Order: sequence, then C-alpha cells, then structure tokens
Amino acid sequence: MRTVSYAEALNEALKEEMRRDALVFMMGEDVGKMGGLFKVTQGLLEEFGPQRVIDTPISEAAIAGAGVGSALVGTRPVIEFQFLDFITIAMDQIVNHAAKSRYMTGGMVSLPLVIRAPVCAGIGLGAQHSQSLEAWFVHVPGIKVVMPSTPADAKGLLKSAIRDNNPILFLEHRLLYAQTGPVPEETEHLVPLGLAEVKRSGTDVTVVATGRTVPLALTVASSLSAEGIEVEVIDPRTLKPLDTATIVRSVKKTNRLVIVNDGCRTCGYAAELMAVIMEESFFDLDAPIQRVCAADVPMPVAAALQKAVMVSEEDIATACRVAMVDKLGRPGNPSEPKETQT
Amino acid sequence: MKRDATRRGRSPDLPPDTLLEWYRQMCSIRAFEREIVSLNKAGLIPGTAHLYIGMEAIAVGACASMKREDFLTSTHRGHGHAIARGLDPGRMMAEVLGRSDGYCRGKGGSMHITDISLGMLGADGIVGGGIPVAVGAGLGTRLKGGRSVVFCFFGEGACNQGSFHESLNMAAIYRLPVVFICENNLWALSGPFAEMSAVGSIVDRAASYEMPGEKVDGNDVEAVFRAVDKAASRARKGTGPSLLECLSYRWEGHSIFTRVEIRPQQEIEEWKRRDPIERYRSRLLERGIATPSLLQRIDLEVAASLDSAVNFAKNSPPPDKATAFEGVYS
Repeated sequence: MRTVSYAEALNEALKEEMRRDALVFMMGEDVGKMGGLFKVTQGLLEEFGPQRVIDTPISEAAIAGAGVGSALVGTRPVIEFQFLDFITIAMDQIVNHAAKSRYMTGGMVSLPLVIRAPVCAGIGLGAQHSQSLEAWFVHVPGIKVVMPSTPADAKGLLKSAIRDNNPILFLEHRLLYAQTGPVPEETEHLVPLGLAEVKRSGTDVTVVATGRTVPLALTVASSLSAEGIEVEVIDPRTLKPLDTATIVRSVKKTNRLVIVNDGCRTCGYAAELMAVIMEESFFDLDAPIQRVCAADVPMPVAAALQKAVMVSEEDIATACRVAMVDKLGRPGNPSEPKETQT
Repeated sequence: MKRDATRRGRSPDLPPDTLLEWYRQMCSIRAFEREIVSLNKAGLIPGTAHLYIGMEAIAVGACASMKREDFLTSTHRGHGHAIARGLDPGRMMAEVLGRSDGYCRGKGGSMHITDISLGMLGADGIVGGGIPVAVGAGLGTRLKGGRSVVFCFFGEGACNQGSFHESLNMAAIYRLPVVFICENNLWALSGPFAEMSAVGSIVDRAASYEMPGEKVDGNDVEAVFRAVDKAASRARKGTGPSLLECLSYRWEGHSIFTRVEIRPQQEIEEWKRRDPIERYRSRLLERGIATPSLLQRIDLEVAASLDSAVNFAKNSPPPDKATAFEGVYS
C-alpha cells in the first residue's frame, strides 16, 4: 500500500468529497490562497474556485454561524478553525445552534456540518494555542466528536464525517500532520463513525488512547512487550458516539485498563471513559483504572515545562505497570497525577 | 391562512386585496399574542413567550416582499414573523403550549418555531444568534445557484453582540443576498437603547460595512414594505446586503414571564397611541380601500380563525414521554 502523510490524507478526503458532491464546500481563515496554515487545504481553491473554498475574515462566530445557516439551506459545509482554542469564540453557534437544531425542531432539521480544528499542544505555542477541549463537546448532546490517530483513519473518518447528516467536531493533531502511514488508494476508503479499532492486540493490560497519544501508547506497548507485558491498544477514533463494546471486550480479556488523553485531567474525556467502564465492567477489573492526562494547568511554553505538563510515554508506561501491580508488585515509580497548582 | 401576500409580485401599485391581506395579518398576529396572555393566565403555557404586540407592521410589511424561495431568520420575539410568513397559527399555538402537533412536537416551544418548508429557518433564543445563520443561508443559497433572499430579523439589543458586526461585515464582503432588518423597540429587556448604544441610530452602522441603510417608521406597514422591498430587489440583483432600522415599540413586558416593568408608563401610553393597526385601519378607510363593514368582517374572520387555531392546539395531546429521548441526531 502507498504511504501518505496525515495532512495529505485529510487533503485527499476533502478533494474527493468535494468532487463527489458539489454541495460540499470549505470555509475558514487562510484556507484558500494559503492552503491552510498547516497545508491541509492546499490546492482546493485552484480546483474548486472561490465559491467553494472561501477565505474568511477573522470572525469565528460568523464562520460557525455561516456553517449552520448554509447547512440549514441544504449545502454541506466544512469549516476550519485554525486552532481548536479559537472555537471558544464560536461556542454559541456550535453549542446553542448546530448541536440543538435537530432536537429542538422536533427532528425537522438536519445539520450536516463538519468543523475541523487542530489541537496544537507540543509545539510551544502556549496556553491559547494548545488546548485539547474535546470533553466540552462530548458533553453536549447533538454533536459527534472524531479524533483520528493515523493517516488512513484521518482520511476515512473525514470522508464519513462529510457524508454524515450531523454536526461533527473533527479534531486533528498538529504533531500528527507529518506522520506517514499506509492509506488505501480507492476513493471509497471510508471509516465508519462510532467504531473503535484495536491498534495492537495484547493480553495483560488495555490502553485506550486518543489522537496523538495513540502512537505514544504503541511505542510503550513495544517496549513493555520486551519486559513481558503485552499491552492491547485501542483507539476509539470517534469519541462520541463511543464504541463501548470494543473497550469492554478488551477489559474482559485483560482485566486492566489505562486511559490516555491529551486533555486536562479534571472532568476530562478520560474521566468519562473511566465512568463508563466502571458502570459496564467493574467486576472484570483486577486493578483500579489508571488515567494519564495533561496536568490541570494552562499549557506553558518553555520546552521543559511543556513536557512536564503533557502526556509522555513514560507516564503511559508507569500507568501500565501500576495497573499490573498485583502481578508485578509495587513499581518503583508509582503513577500519580501530574501536579496541579492549587 | 392565505399566503397570497407572501407570493405576490412587487408592483408599486398594490392591489386592494394585498393591502387588506396586510390588515388581516397584523390583526391575526395581535389576536394570537393576546390569546397567549389569556392562556398564560389560565396556566396553560409551560414556559415563556415574547409578545410582538405593537410591532406587527414590521413583520407584515417585511414578509410581504418575500418570495416562495426566500428564507428568514427570526428572534425570540418571533410569532409575528412566523404568521406573516404564512405558518399555521394552529401548529404554532400547539408548539407554544408544548403539544405533539406543534411545529417542533413540543420540544422547541415559542422560541424555536421553525418551518423549513416555508424557508423559516427558526426563531432563536440567543440574542443575535440568527444573524450569522442568515449569512450562512445567503452563502448556501448562492452556492446552490438559487436566487433566494434571506430576511434577517433581530432587535436593537442584538446590534451590540459581536455576531452582528462579524455577520454584516461578512455579508458585505461576499455581497450576499441578505436584508438585515433591525426591529428597534427601544428596550433590551430593561436596557434603554439610548444608554446601551454608542450610536443614536442603528442605521448609522450600515456605513461601517459600506452597505445601504434606511431608517423606517416601523409602525407604518407600507413604509416598511417599501424599504424592505427596495433592499430585497438590490439583494436579488446581486448588489449585496442592506441594513434597515424599523423603529417601533413593544406594548407588553419583555416576556410573559417578566413581572417587573421599568419602562415609563407615559412612554408606553404614547406608543400605544401610535398603534400600527389603528393607523393602517384609518388609512384604508380614508383611501376608500375598505369600508367599516369590510374591516369588521375581516376582524370577525380573524377571531374565528384564531378560535380554530386555539382549539386545534388545546386538543393536541401532549407529546409521548418516549419522544424526549429521540431525535438528537439525524
């Protein structure tokens, strides 16, 4: 199979869906002439013209509202926020309008709107350009939340998202854009929403990881395998709707669970996953569920500080060992939540 | 309800039937709103409603310019726009009462009445929330190659939201077919316009976006029609958006929920003397377009059709409990 980068895979998905359906269009800041700050929309303006690839002013609320209005009249907008952090300016349109349109009209309305936004932690951009806010949106009924970790998933999920008739927050990670991987060549490469994937099979401990942390978890799994610990890595791919069954199946096998998510720890996505497994699979567990998250602090800039706050491979490995405590004994470096400023 | 007025052309010499239809619509809106006051006293309204009494000429005059393919976005005070656009008052009232035959099956209530089939993209519970939606409708309709115009209603309070500025700028740079219709009723709940706005006229803000602006007597249905119709023609020709400011006043409190009235009683009484319906009624009689008996007949017809709407709504069963959990996703 050919190898493509995550950013190229997203670009292919956009182009293919825009070729397939003339009602699909793209709008956002710098998406046209510049091809997107992170080059995801390169070549779109040239191929589809300014009617369908729209450079907007810096007006996040109006961009989101324009997405809602254009979807209501029967088009299929894809809007881009340059950084997920900027979505805070558009929350009214996303939370009060897009998410609720269908329900509060008694099912009269469909709202096919894809909201693409990169999460940019890890490149030193600081507190206003690094947040993983996925939990906010998972909390709101009416929105689906997608977070691919590989080029193949990025392409297949974006294509499915564009064809879906609901508002979808599609989260990309800046550190994944350059990652390459095999991507099927056929234009009907679709990954269904709501389906998790077991990225690595294992028998000893289940690690559920999201977005950027999936490759980290896979690296940890390889190194722990050398120590005789077989880690099963699951990527939910769609945070909402969640494929609970795949995770429960794995927990029944390994009896141990580590949850990894780039969001802050308190009330984060990992907390929700933890609650779901406690409800669904408590008696299958041999050890307390471990979660590995970013610390509850705004993201600092200095490399050493950023590293201390973000999820690392070491954190994941430690959490796996703690989850195995009844078999391995107490690890030298017990998993503790990253420090929180009080 | 007849929808002739929403479908008719834009001849400058309006036929008497059209002028009488406007009278009927204004009376229908007022009767609908007055009925809500009594239903609320009877404890039949589950939530709230924001009444349009006193402002009827704006919705009727503006919607008279709408064609079948056009769209509108409305506000929390949206019953007038819906009735003027030709929505069924029976299903509207059922929605206000939270019944299963309401437009939103009892899930939306007064603030979310929507009818996509008539291009009514929704009332809106967020002040200023409908303005960017109208911009999107303009973009979408252009992409689809349509000739629709979007009629975007909002109050003067919404003009202090960021969404107003972002949206007018965006509509102007893309020359979108949107008519921005500000209903300036002088009070944003308890906030007087003069204290809340740095400019004395909303229409002055049109200059910020280099779009045409016009200030209109919002209690004169014909004046509203003429201004909106001009703006809609510009939009249809592709020359872009306009901003209209229709000056009017709400007779009732902010909502049926609001108990405190801080507006001066004298001001309320002054505006009641400028009643848009009474003014229009006198004009129709003066010009010989209607006789007192004809208008009386229309009044009776309005009352009868409201009665049947209210009966329809009251007889509609409450929604089944199971439906609470349905319809979040398509």
